[in-house]
Amino acid sequence: MSLFSKENGAIFTGPLNLNNPIAVQVLGICSALAVTSQLKPAIVMGLSVTVITAFSNVIISLIRKTIPNRIRIIVQLVVVAALVTIVSNILKAYVYDVSVQLSVYVGLIITNCILMGRLEAFAMQNGPWESFLDGIGNGLGYAAVLVVVGFVRELLGFGTIFGLTIIPEGAYMEAGGLYINNGMMTMPAMALILVACVIWVHRAVNKEENK
Amino acid sequence: MEHFISLFVRSIFVDNMIFAFFLGMCSYLAVSKTVKTSLGLGIAVTFVLLITVPVDYLLQTKVLADGALAEGVDLTFLAFILFIAVIAAMVQLVEMIVERFSPSLYNALGIFLPLIAVNCAIMGASLFMQQRILLDPETSTQAIGGVGDCIAYALGSGIGWTLAIVGLAAIREKMAYSDVPKPLQGLGITFITVGLMAMAFMCFSGLKL
Repeated sequence: MSLFSKENGAIFTGPLNLNNPIAVQVLGICSALAVTSQLKPAIVMGLSVTVITAFSNVIISLIRKTIPNRIRIIVQLVVVAALVTIVSNILKAYVYDVSVQLSVYVGLIITNCILMGRLEAFAMQNGPWESFLDGIGNGLGYAAVLVVVGFVRELLGFGTIFGLTIIPEGAYMEAGGLYINNGMMTMPAMALILVACVIWVHRAVNKEENK
Repeated sequence: MEHFISLFVRSIFVDNMIFAFFLGMCSYLAVSKTVKTSLGLGIAVTFVLLITVPVDYLLQTKVLADGALAEGVDLTFLAFILFIAVIAAMVQLVEMIVERFSPSLYNALGIFLPLIAVNCAIMGASLFMQQRILLDPETSTQAIGGVGDCIAYALGSGIGWTLAIVGLAAIREKMAYSDVPKPLQGLGITFITVGLMAMAFMCFSGLKL
């Protein structure tokens, strides 16, 4: 089978839309909600998860025939924990402010259900290259939802995108305008409701496929 | 004593695992269909938290922290691997103990018991504990300075989690009779319910303890 065959393409694109890890499989919700109050941490989180999913998938797929079945969960957890430690230290070194914002949620990638789910459901049965594509696809599908939610929350909650002010100063109440930032959007509760809206739209659009 | 109580109450209501930090969301959404099973899961989570948080605390302060093991040795980068290993081992142990001494509880919990190992609430509690060691106990009610604080924090977090999942399960049981738009059914409406519950819990955030 060639590297970029149609089947492999489907493995990659499936999780981006029809089989999206958050909207359809409902995995990895915890961090999706917690890090999305602004766009920048959301993107960093999405990329970290993509990298970790892809590489842990490859590693587990390479050693899948030698792992005894009884202790496979622990083996998977250790591989993931090692990768998360590396990523966490890289984040601390290069984007310290974001790593402070993400706080414990970087460490919590270990218990992110997307990782364990993909390792159990895919990497344990498939070759390294397919597993790599699957990991990238799922990571990006996850990142896509994070970006959508982060975009809406940052725009409505702070009036900024990537920290740049979008809403003109004069439009605010203090400057005599009519606009005011929606403080609710910065609260945890609205993240849940926004994810619900993403799921709602996703299911309404893909009505036939989900039947 | 006062610090224990305020830490305990705070971790139930103000720093609620679900509503303030979204930890343990996956099993929270998957298991909250009936009140009975969700109560069982809540108790199991509380139990595992009660063991893992103090054990991880001792590991962190006696082994991992800078200079704890030997002068100039800082092993904090091993924290993730060690914490998850402790959690996985403890869950295995708890599973064996429950199976040996209370087969009825073991059967009631079923698959949820081993799944606790990958519940973010457990790992999250240990990671928050790691952060809170640095806080000053004089000024912060969140500070954790000893095994006693760890137990109060773990018990409070576990009870808070149980409270949240039992509440959601009760609402979902009632919601079976409601007319929900088709694409929103199941997961979507559950998210909105949790969002509204989180809003209600936000009113505790002004609580002075």
